[in-house]
Parts: sequence; structure tokens; C-alpha cells
Amino acid sequence: MNVLVCVKRVPLTGGKITLTEDQRAISTRHLGFTVSPHEECGVEEAIRLVEQHGGSTTVLTLGPPEAEEQLRDMMAIGIDRAIHLITDGSEWDPQATAKAIVDAIEAEPEPYDLIMFGNESADAGNCQVAIRVSQALGRPVINGVKAIVVDGDRLRCEQEVPAGRDVYLLAMPAVVGVKEGINLPRYPSVPGRMRAKRKPVAASEPQGGGESGLEMVKLIVPETAGKQAEVLGRGAEAAPAVVEILQEIGVM
Amino acid sequence: MSTLVFIEDPADELSQQAFAFGRSLGPDVTAVAIEEAGGYAPAAWAQTLAELAGQRSVTAVVGPGSDHGNEVLAHVAAKLDLPMAANCVSVTPGEPATVIRQRWGGSLLEEARVRGRPLLLTAAPHAVAAEPVSDIELVDVSASASELDQVVRVVERVAASTGGVSLTDADVVVSGGRGVGSAEGFSIIEELAALLGGAVGCSRAVTSAGWRPHTDQVGQTGTKVSPEIYIACGISGATQHMAGCKGAKRLLAINPDGEASIFASADYAVIGDLHEVVPAISAEIRKARGSSG
Repeated sequence: MNVLVCVKRVPLTGGKITLTEDQRAISTRHLGFTVSPHEECGVEEAIRLVEQHGGSTTVLTLGPPEAEEQLRDMMAIGIDRAIHLITDGSEWDPQATAKAIVDAIEAEPEPYDLIMFGNESADAGNCQVAIRVSQALGRPVINGVKAIVVDGDRLRCEQEVPAGRDVYLLAMPAVVGVKEGINLPRYPSVPGRMRAKRKPVAASEPQGGGESGLEMVKLIVPETAGKQAEVLGRGAEAAPAVVEILQEIGVM
Repeated sequence: MSTLVFIEDPADELSQQAFAFGRSLGPDVTAVAIEEAGGYAPAAWAQTLAELAGQRSVTAVVGPGSDHGNEVLAHVAAKLDLPMAANCVSVTPGEPATVIRQRWGGSLLEEARVRGRPLLLTAAPHAVAAEPVSDIELVDVSASASELDQVVRVVERVAASTGGVSLTDADVVVSGGRGVGSAEGFSIIEELAALLGGAVGCSRAVTSAGWRPHTDQVGQTGTKVSPEIYIACGISGATQHMAGCKGAKRLLAINPDGEASIFASADYAVIGDLHEVVPAISAEIRKARGSSG
């Protein structure tokens, strides 16, 4: 099976988010970058599906030149090839992102049996690119997937709901949005990293522009309640004070 | 302004919050639920809402910011080729409208201009107070939903394995982070949770290390919890983790590092090693109850 996974380069935020002076981006001066968590699991799932059923895997990203780092990381854990839709690093809204991805997919010589996305990106969290892409391609799509099993030419997908798991059957070619927890991604090996340096990346610069329907004006760090934690004590000595609080709350 | 609010379940908080959110746009609000006879089918449901919105010339369609709410509204947006703003905490109508919406699971907010008619929005969970939904219109799935729309639907439900208190329902969550040190180290966390009738949670560092299953993970890409008290043991307080426990009424942080960022969000602090503190709390609870085991 021919599997495509779409990923996004996002910063590794730590304990506190700080903004750039113009308040239109997170200050990333002291931050590293990674592939958004749900998508990382999508990449691992693609590799497992092809290990089991044969075929090939491709990773795609729409992002700045630096996003090649994430493509090489994904190829280091086993993805065969990459597509880099290079931007100047500015934000593309979900409609523009989906359009660029659809154009890239339609330009591919071989069709994909399965196209995977993360349920939502860690940063913008718009929850919609997978669904827009599937609409444009005329393919069935389901989001929030925590398990995929290939059943002939269909995919048995499980979506987590409060009561358990809901099961869907999608005929391929299909689009699936996955959630972290579908698997535990593997770490890259040193030989994997070496091989990744030589794997092919097809780069292009999609046309963006035009008026955006969902346009960020500025970012806002939410007010923390200005909490002053009440120190109950140090070490084991604090235990009686903790139990007092638990009794006050009524959870004892 | 006339608004259609997609109600997933009138008894569910998130749908009630979406209703309240819809009413913030103006008094002309119609709550709509889809007749579920065939089971949840996001594309077919979205087709139904899109047609209804067109027939009634509504200016906005609002849904809950639940998984299904975001999924259905995304389908409406894809079908109509219109923008959709997910997980909004507030909206100001206008040409264009302005929303404040959540990024990073709520750890960051964004002010955005949203164009399109109808305006397509989902309400961020717990951003507005729930309001009981009045006068729900129950509609059948559109007869003109295409085969492609109909084909993705729930065919089977697998029940959750019962056993233990669910993280989402628990009044007490005892959660362990990297500081716990190993899978075995969680036995003291489990002990304290059991004594308090609570659930065990963990950070993403713990699931990445393979010490606990992802179903225990609290955070932006894990489970969001809202207990009476969240006891965070050896958790530094990364923003993606806090996005999962900010719903807790109270937070007790146990950490040897007095400068750990979690303390900035905590109501109570114990500076110390969880390997000493947690068993001491369990022992104290047993003592208070007058039992030895």
C-alpha cells in the first residue's frame, strides 16, 4: 500500500509560552522543534502498516526551509521519501494549507491508498485540514482514530468515545486523522539517520496569498490566576497538612 | 443575526455550552439535533446542517468543541468551502467577525478575523457557562446526502474495559511524571489513588518512556481531567500537560525543585521527593482512618 503522512513542524514549548514583540508568534529563540505529536504517531503507524502489508511511505510538510529537519527525522525512523512544500514560514490558514496539499497529491504519479493526518496540529489546533483534503479528493475520512487494521481493501478504524470505541469501515483510497496513543513511535537509530540524509526530498514552492478567511490578528498569553501556592511543608513532614486539606475538600 | 446550534446531546455540558455560545451572537438561535437512527455519520450530518443553514439563510452555525462537534463543523466548512474557527472562547459579530480561539490546547489564545456566511464556529469546552437547551429541533439526515457521505458511519461499538475509576470522572487524580523514575515506581502513585478512590494519571514523558499506557496520559494530546483535586507528583508543569489538568478545582504539586513551573499553577505545594512524600501521605491517610492496611 502507498501511504502518505502529512506533518507540521511545531516548537517544543516548555513550561511557559512567550511571544515575539509583535505578538504574532511564539518566541522560539530558545526552543527546539518537533513534528506535532498526533502526526508523529501517524508516521509510526504508516511505517507499521507498510512493514506488515508491503508498499511505500511518503511524508509531506508545508513549512519553512527549516522544516526539512522534521522530514529527515521522519525518514530516519523509516519513511521512504519526502515532499516539502516550502513557504517563507508565515502561517497558512487551513483552507490554503489543504489546497496546497491537494495540489501536491494530485501531481503525484502514483495515487495514495491511505493519507494520514494528525487530528489537529499542536499549535493552531484547527481540526480541519484532513477533512478539507478528503472533500477535495472525494475520499472517505474519519478523524480521532486510535487504531487502524487493514481488512482487504478496507480499513477498520476505531475512534475513541466516552463509552469506549466506535468502529468505522473505510474503503481505500481513504483519509484518516489519527490521535497520539494509536502507537508508541520508535526512536531513530544512527544508521537510520545516515540513510535519511540520502533519501529523496521533492521540494516546491506552492503559491499562497489571497485573502484569508481565518486570519490571525494577534496571540494572547492567558492570564494566570496569579496563584500563590500554599506551601504545606517539606518532604514527608508535609503529610499531615496534606491529609488535612484532603479532609477539608471532602475526598477522604 | 440568526444562528443554528448543532446539539450533539442536550444532556451533555459541551452541547449546553455551545447553545450558550450561540446565544452570545444574538437571540435568534435554533438548536438542532440530528436523528440518530443510522448512527453517527459526520459527513452526512454535516450535509444535513449545511442544507438547513442554506434553506434558512442563517448567518452562523455553531457546534460544541468536542471531537464530534469539531469533526462535523469541519465537514460543513469543507462542503461549503468556507472558513471554520474551532474552539472559540468568544465571538464578536461583524464584517468580518472577530473571535478569540484556543491554540496549544488552551495554553495560548488567538484573536482572529473570520469571514464567511454562514460563520462556522465551535465553542471551546468550558469557556462559557452551560445553559439548558430549549426547544431542540430534531431533523432527519438529509435525503440528498451522497453515498460518499453516508458510507462513513459507526458500524460497531466496543465497550470500554471496565475496571478502575475513569480519569474523566474521577474526583481525585494522582498523577506521576518523569520524577517517578520507572514503571514500578508508579506503585506508590497507584496506592495513594486507591486510598482516595481516585484515578492514576501521568505525563507525556511517562507514556513516551513506556512506563504507563497512553490512556493514563493527562495533557493536550491525552485526557483532559477536572477533578476536585489533582495531585501532581514529580511533574515539572510543561504547558501541554497543564492544558490537560487546568480543569481541576485544586492542584497539589509535589516536586523537589522549588522553581518548577508547576508551582505557578498550584494551589498547594510540597517541596520534596515524591518517593518519600507520597508513601507518607498514604500512611497518614491510613492513620487518620484508624486502619493499618
